[in-house]
Formats: sequence, structure tokens, C-alpha cells
Amino acid sequence: MNRFAYANPATLAEAAATTGLVAQAMVTLDEGAVLKAGGIDLLDLLKSELLTPSVVVNLRAIKGLDVIAQDATGNLSIGAMATLAEVAAHPLVRASYPALATAIAGAAGPQLRNVATIGGNLLQRPHCWYLRSPAHHCLRKGGGHCFAIRGENQYHAIFDNHACAIVHPSTAATALVALKAEVELHEAQGAVRRLPLEDFFVGPDDDIQRENALRPREVLTAIRLRKPPASTRMAHLRQGEKAGFDWPLADVAVVLTLDLEGICREVCVVLGAAAPVPHRARAAEQALLGQRLDDATASDAARAALRGATPLSHNDYKLALFETLVRRAILATLA
Amino acid sequence: MTATRTVTFPAGIVEAGLGTVTREIPASEPPPWPPNAELTWIGKDVPRLNGREKVTGATRYTVDIRLPGMLHARFLRSPLPSAELRKLDTSAAAALAGVRAVVVLARSGDRLRYAGQPVAAVAAVSPGVAGEALAAIDAEFRPLPFVVDMDEARAPDAPLVYDEASVPKGNPSGFPAAPGLPVVGNVRGPAVVRRGDPAQGFAAADIVVEGEYRTQVQTHSCLEPHAIVADWRADGLTVYMSTQFTSGVRQELAALFGLPLNRVRVVVDGMGGGFGSKSQLGVYGRTAVELSRLAGLPVRLALNRHEEQTDAGNRPGTSQRVRLGAKRDGTLTALAIESHGTAGVALGAGIGFFAERIYTCPNFETLQHDVFVNAGPGCAMRGPGNTPGAHGLEQAIDTLAERLGLDPLALRDRIDPSKARREERRIGAERIGWSRRHAPGADPGPVKRGLGVAQSLWMSNVQTNVACEVRVLRDGSVEALSSVQDIGTGIGTVMAQVVAEVLGLRPAEITVRIGDTEFPPGGPSYGSRTTASITPPLRTAATRVLAELGREAARMLNAAPEELEARDGRLRVKSDPARSLAFRDAAALLRTDRISAVESRADDYPGFRRRMPDAAMALEDLGGVQFAEVAVDTETGAIHVERVVAVHDCGRPMNRLLLESQVQGGVLMGVSYALLERRVMDRRTGLMVNADLEHYKLAGAHDTPEIEVVILENLQGSSATDAYGIAEPANIATAPAIANAVYNAIGVRLASLPMTPDAVLAALGKTGRS
Repeated sequence: MNRFAYANPATLAEAAATTGLVAQAMVTLDEGAVLKAGGIDLLDLLKSELLTPSVVVNLRAIKGLDVIAQDATGNLSIGAMATLAEVAAHPLVRASYPALATAIAGAAGPQLRNVATIGGNLLQRPHCWYLRSPAHHCLRKGGGHCFAIRGENQYHAIFDNHACAIVHPSTAATALVALKAEVELHEAQGAVRRLPLEDFFVGPDDDIQRENALRPREVLTAIRLRKPPASTRMAHLRQGEKAGFDWPLADVAVVLTLDLEGICREVCVVLGAAAPVPHRARAAEQALLGQRLDDATASDAARAALRGATPLSHNDYKLALFETLVRRAILATLA
Repeated sequence: MTATRTVTFPAGIVEAGLGTVTREIPASEPPPWPPNAELTWIGKDVPRLNGREKVTGATRYTVDIRLPGMLHARFLRSPLPSAELRKLDTSAAAALAGVRAVVVLARSGDRLRYAGQPVAAVAAVSPGVAGEALAAIDAEFRPLPFVVDMDEARAPDAPLVYDEASVPKGNPSGFPAAPGLPVVGNVRGPAVVRRGDPAQGFAAADIVVEGEYRTQVQTHSCLEPHAIVADWRADGLTVYMSTQFTSGVRQELAALFGLPLNRVRVVVDGMGGGFGSKSQLGVYGRTAVELSRLAGLPVRLALNRHEEQTDAGNRPGTSQRVRLGAKRDGTLTALAIESHGTAGVALGAGIGFFAERIYTCPNFETLQHDVFVNAGPGCAMRGPGNTPGAHGLEQAIDTLAERLGLDPLALRDRIDPSKARREERRIGAERIGWSRRHAPGADPGPVKRGLGVAQSLWMSNVQTNVACEVRVLRDGSVEALSSVQDIGTGIGTVMAQVVAEVLGLRPAEITVRIGDTEFPPGGPSYGSRTTASITPPLRTAATRVLAELGREAARMLNAAPEELEARDGRLRVKSDPARSLAFRDAAALLRTDRISAVESRADDYPGFRRRMPDAAMALEDLGGVQFAEVAVDTETGAIHVERVVAVHDCGRPMNRLLLESQVQGGVLMGVSYALLERRVMDRRTGLMVNADLEHYKLAGAHDTPEIEVVILENLQGSSATDAYGIAEPANIATAPAIANAVYNAIGVRLASLPMTPDAVLAALGKTGRS
């Protein structure tokens, strides 16, 4: 770990002023500052010297960034500094977005969930063991090639993996993308922009060295969820090697609405741990639209979800695994 | 000739009916203990005496020790799996402010054989300065060809890990390596054990089964890393070390640094796991001491997790081809195994003696090979050899039973001569509900359940170079002393029970002082031998000190010393309990502030099977049978171990609570071995990619099955306590029991460990690889 200054600003503006340059969280910038939310991933990055910031800017002293509240129209805003435990336990989340509560409740372990924030969770860097290894100078760190594609890739991507085979590490993101969440980004000058979460994540084809569209001097402050129509049904399923405290091998979120006849009118199917960003299974969605949900339609959609997958040497088991989880998640929305 | 007397011991398995055995024992030995039911503290659920300190964080581990002026040491390690050290210049590092000592561990021109191999070490005023010093070392490594995969290393054109002259002669765990074996390429061996005529045995068989089984490299993953604080002073060396063998480390240090034993002291208090990897001084230990010697200041060296995973030992991976020949009734006619294993750059990757000893078979052969690869050295790990060995053979036996149309338990009843295991099978079958076991893959639906069984075999080891001291002080307080270390098993609590039983006190009244070579030698905590080694001399010492106290008390009570007994905190006349004296009041009669007795470990009364310089093997082996119930989701490949019933024997159980705890630990480690753990080496860069506890996966709370532990009371009249060990047998049977249960669930055998969802789906034909 390198030596760095530690700033403890009380406001977002002060955070910007203290550092002069509030860098995008979790991205190495020489001479740069880095934001610290829960500090879970940051500590790992500092210890392995994948990040060597000059200043660590702690966001925990800034009030109001952890609020979870509903606005007048019933939309929900989740402050980026709310801990995973707070989000998973929040009555509004549990009542209206149970798939999100499930996804978060299965992430990491209780000690981490009590400290890790939802914002930090979305911004954590991938856990590809080559990326995390100081000895492997991979594409994402400015090196010449991806070690995973022809290496040990059992935990890697089965979609969009031709350049870099990371999978997006956030399980919460799988559910949030399926829920069509938006992120709220504050610039240092106080301007705010909103972006669908799905567009916030950046794949390797767009930029091999970053995983999101956060700009320098921008801070992720909140996640916004629209109030789901009453007919919305949702489910999130995951499968890890361990029953807890493990990254999923595969996770799937399904959010859909059925009309009075039980016909699927709107649907979003997202695969986590499948691609460098949360992966919309659009073919599965197409297969479900206009259909009544049953074993056959769920199975068809599950098969469609895997169409176009390009598994690597050690991860083709993910095809069968995802197919099962997609089918089960669709059927679980009926439960 | 020492005087002897003839005495009769209770003998046999208490649960199956007790008999007696008559032994001639040294006159100095205490009389036979009755079965546990008639004893006050022995065999009872006495909670760990230091449990509160452990769970509240008050226990002091080696990593917690801070001495005045203490320096912090760090290693420079080879970044490459195979390299020539072209240049090593530490002068800039040594000149850095705050750097107090530098040790060089390799020279220019040396061949480095694994990533993580230590090259140099520095000691500095802070970990940060030590890190800066490492960066200031000018080292050049010329990459050489390497091989990290065992199968690739066996290929004729594989890069050589060693040339002929440099092949290691011994095993880093101290196990003797069979001398003079041929080395071809990276393969050394075979070490051959043969009896009878295997070819003839297979010819005589009605049925032959064959299988190939593989086990992965497992790392010890001690939660407390390897750590040492070395304090070299003009008047002697004190070392605080997380070690399984204080007195062994003292011996090593004395020899290495030319110090008399009375100038070397090794101390350990709390210990966070060893599992075989902390049995010796090690390169890190000797380096820390050398740094302290050079600096004239205490030096702390604690490995980080990456170092733990790459250079702190591991359980070698194996591949085993097992052939069994049998008659229709199950009688074995031949057993042949050829194994290849890799302990990285070290020797010691065999499959043990499990197959050699567990079943009756007249024609037997094992050919065991060591395969060198460019990876960190393996070392002993909980049931070394036998744990991977059991995984192969116990699955082969399961396969044979099915082919013969026999129940796996019935087959074992035929071929397993152990009385203890027969009883364990009976009890375990009842507890798990074995009669529910269905045909392989018979459950309808995607989630299929199964039952499986496997057995354990381990030596009854005894350290003979062991002694204990018991002191009674004039206020009636009592101390028990030994250099033995509590590596987490609770041996201190067992010691308190033994002394309390003899003196008629409560365990909490005994102050146990251990983990310090100032006390009588306690032997190592490895090989499942601690309780067997230490409790008999402890009982003898307590008996002797009581006799001395009894002489004073007898005078006061107008009785003969031999008429007295110690019970409920009093010394009393057996025939007239009303005539008694509080233990405390008896102690007040002592002429001196304290009395003491030191006793060493007597030989087992019926003798030993094998004798080594400081250790021996008892006549009987340790058994154990484990049953597993699993649920396999055939659509996700996930295996859930729902329940394990572990039935074990360890002679006389000294403390059931601690034994259960240790068996639970063994089972959990076995579940982890079966389902999760594996060292992943990247073949292209030769580096371990999961050298952490994030992608190196250890079973956690959610993965823990319901574990039911049954411990037999198996009395043999072998020593003053009749106690033996349990650590290793508790681990050996778990993985094959789970593998056999998985087979029973899905009807497809997973011959390789770990049995991850990936492997299950492949076995079921649900991946492209299958």
C-alpha cells in the first residue's frame, strides 16, 4: 500500500474542493484522488497496489447520502451510501422490489453487507483473478492481452468475452438493471445527471480500462427505481460454489408484468456473472412477450437466453447453469 | 530391571460389551482406571477452559505480540515459476533509513524453482519501510521454462524442475523419503510396497474393478498465518512462534545457530491452526531469527495470505489408478494401486498406507510416484497420504460392492478386520438411517438425494520423548506444566481434567501452563498424538505428587497413606470417609512452598509396533466410519451435504465435547476438500491465481452440514490413560463418504475432487466437455 492523504469532507462540494480532482471512484489515476464509500473493495485495491492514490476521500462524513425514501409519485431513491444490509432490509425495498432484496441479501456475508454500500457495490472493480493479480499485466491494466481467455476462465464471461472476459461483480446490479434503475450522478459544480443503470456500465468494446461511465469529478449519489405497476412480478436466483459468502457462478433477475389473462406484457431478463456488464437476455425477453408463463415457455425462453453465448475453455458449464436459473426464475415469478 | 506388577484392565469397546485384559506394568505406573462412567472428570463434557478468552478476542496469538524495539521483516520472493537469479544486490536496501538487517537466501546464478521462493529478507522499523527496502533490492531474474501441471510434467519433453544432482533427498515434513528411487524426467519412483502375488490374485478373482481417481492440491489455509517474533539477546534466544512443536523448534534452533538448549526458549500461547504446516522451524522461522541476530533487536515476521497460499505448505494433489479383485462373496484377492502425486518442488506426494492396511487382502501392490512441478513445496496436512488415499480406495470399494450386488457395509464386514470399525458401521448405519438408501439415481425430480459411507484409518502415534510436571503449592493450588502447545484442540483442558481426576479437585482449580519450552517437553501436536503422549505421564506425575501430599495428610488422619483417596476436594480415609482433610489443609502441612513431580511417557504396556528415536506406534490403529447424506441438484450441479454421521474411536475418550469439536472440524475440512478447495495454477504464467481466501474457497457456515458425532469408548489397557488421538481420522473419511453419497444420488461417479457444480454438470453430460 502506498502512502496517501486522507480527506474527510462534510459536503460533496467540499469533497471536490479538498482534492482538487475528485477522480472517478475505483480507477487508478496517477496523482489522483479516489473516493471511499464503505471501503471494502478499495482496501483490497490499495493492498494489492492496483490503486495508488495520493488522496483517499472518505464520503462517510457527508450527511444524507444514505437515505432511502419514496417520492410523491412512489418512485424510490436509494442513497449510494446506504449499506447493503440497510437496502436489503428496507421495508419499501422488500415490499416493492423483492428481487433486489434477495439479490443483495445473498451478496458477500453479513459483516461485509453491514459496511459495504450500494454505490460502492455498483462501482467495485471486477474480481477477475488476473486483473487482481499484480503479476498479470492484463489489457484492463494497459497490458497486451487478456490472460483469462486462454487461461483459467472457469469464473469468467460467456458473452462479450472476445477482448476481455471479466464478469460484472455486482449481484445487486443484475436486479437493478432488470428493474430499469437509474443512477444519479453529481458533478463537482453541483450539476446532476441521470442515466439508466444499463447505460452506465461500460463494456470492453467501448473502453477496456473502465467498467462504468462515471466522469472525473463525478460522484454516484443515488439509485432511483420507478414504482412498479401492481401487476409486476419478479425473482432473482443465484448459484455459487459456496452456499454463502461467495461470488455467484451465475445469477439471474427476471422482472415482468402479466395482463389479466396471464399474458406476459413486459419483461426484462438479466444475467449476472455472464458478461462484462449485466447481460440483458433480449432473446429470452422476446420469447416471453405475449406468452402465458409455463414450463414450456419458460424453458424456451431459457434456451433463447443462452443463444449466442461464446463459452471459454473452462466455463461451458455456465450454459446449463444459466438455462436452469433463467427457467426457474421465470417460473418463480409466478410463485 | 524395573519392578513390575500384574494388573487387570477393563478392555474392549464399552458400547459392545466390556471384558478385561491382564498386563504386567511397571510398579511406578498408577492403577487401571475403570470405564469413564465411573470416573468424575475423564470422558465428560468439560468445556474448553480458555473458551471465553477465545471468543472474546482476549487470547494472545503470535501475531499479536509486540516487543519493545521490535522490527518488521518481509521477504523478497521469486516472481517467476522458474528462473535463474542473475543478480542480487541488497546494498541500497541495507543503506535505507530504518532498515536494520538484510538476509540473502539465494545467490546470483542460483536456480529458483517456484514463484514465491524466498530470495532475500529485510528487517526494518516498520512494515512500510520493510516494503520500501524490498523495492530497493536490485534483483534480476532470467525466466526459464517451467511446468506447473502434474500431467504436463510427466510428459517426456516437459521442462525439468530438477537435474539429477539436485533432486531433493528428503521430505520437508520430516517423513523419510524412500532412498535410491529412480528419477526419470520430473518423476521419481515408484516406491513399491508389495505382498503376495498381485497377478495371481487378479487371475483368481471373480470380478475386477478398476477406476482412476484424482485429488487436488489443498492449502492448509490456517486462519492465523505462519508467524514468529524472534528475540535474540546476548544471554540467549527467545522465540514466540505459531508452532505445532515448541520443543522441536527449540532443537532445530539450537542446532542451526550453535546454541546450547538452555539458551533457547520457544513460546506459543494462542494458535490459529496448523494442520501440519507449522510442524517445523521453516525458512521463515530461521530467517526471522537470523535477522534478529544481525539487528540485535526483536524481529516479527508474519506471512501474508498470498505467502500463506503459495509458500506455507499444501496437501499434494494425486492421481490414482486403483484395481481391485474379489471373489463373489466379496473376499479380496488382489489390490493394486499406481499413484502419481505432486508436492510441487518437494517430495511426499504419496497416498499413504491406507490401502496397505485397512482391508484383508493377500495380494497387494502399490507403486507410488512423486512428480515435481514448479510450485510451492507440499508438506504434511491432516492425514497426509491417507486422506487422498482413502478417496481413491473407498470409492473403489463402493464400486466393487455395487458390482457384487452387496451392500457397501456388508462388503466391509467381510473384508475389514477392525472390531472398532465394525461397531462404528453398525452405529452409524442406524443413526443415518442406512436402510433408506435407494438404488443409485433412483430419486425422481431434478434434486436427488443419496447416502454414502467411507472409512478412516490412522496410526495410534505416541511421542515417547514427553514429560509432564505437576506441582502442588502450599495454599492448595495446583499447576500442570508441559511445553505442549494447544493448536486449537483444547489439550490444556484435558490436562486439567486428568490432574483434577487424580487429585479430587475440579478442572477449573488446575492452572495449566503450556506452550513454553521452560516446561517439560510436551512433544509435537501432529500425527494425532498429543493426548496419547501427554496424558499418561501427566496422570503418573499427579499420582506421585498426591502420594507425597498423602503422606502428610495420613499422619494427620492417623491412617496409612495407601488408605487415603482424593475426592471432592478432600483427602479422606477410604473405609471411613468421615475422617478427611480438605485438600487445601493437607497442602498447608507441606514442609516447602511447593512439591512437584515430573514423569516421562512410559512405553505402552503391551509394547509398540514400531519405535523411532522420539516416537512410536502403538499396536492398535485408529478407526472411524463416516456416513454422508447429500442432495444433488442435477440442473445446477450443486451438491448440498445435508448430514454427516461420524463414528470414531480414540481409545479412552478424554473429553467428549472437545472430541466432538475436533471431529466436526475434521468433517468440515473434509466437506471443504470434497466440494470447494483447489489451488488454481495458471499454466501459461506458472502462478497461482487464487492465492487468497476469496477465490480459494473454504467451506463456511452455510456449507456446514448437520454433523452428528459418536465416539466409542475403546479400552485397551495400553497406558495410564488409554487415550489416543482423533485429529486425522476425523478428516480422512469425509470426502469419499460424500463422493459415494453423490454416486448414490445421481448414479454417476465423480472421480475427481473437488466436486464443484461444473464437475457435476460435466459428469451428467450437461457440458460440452462431457
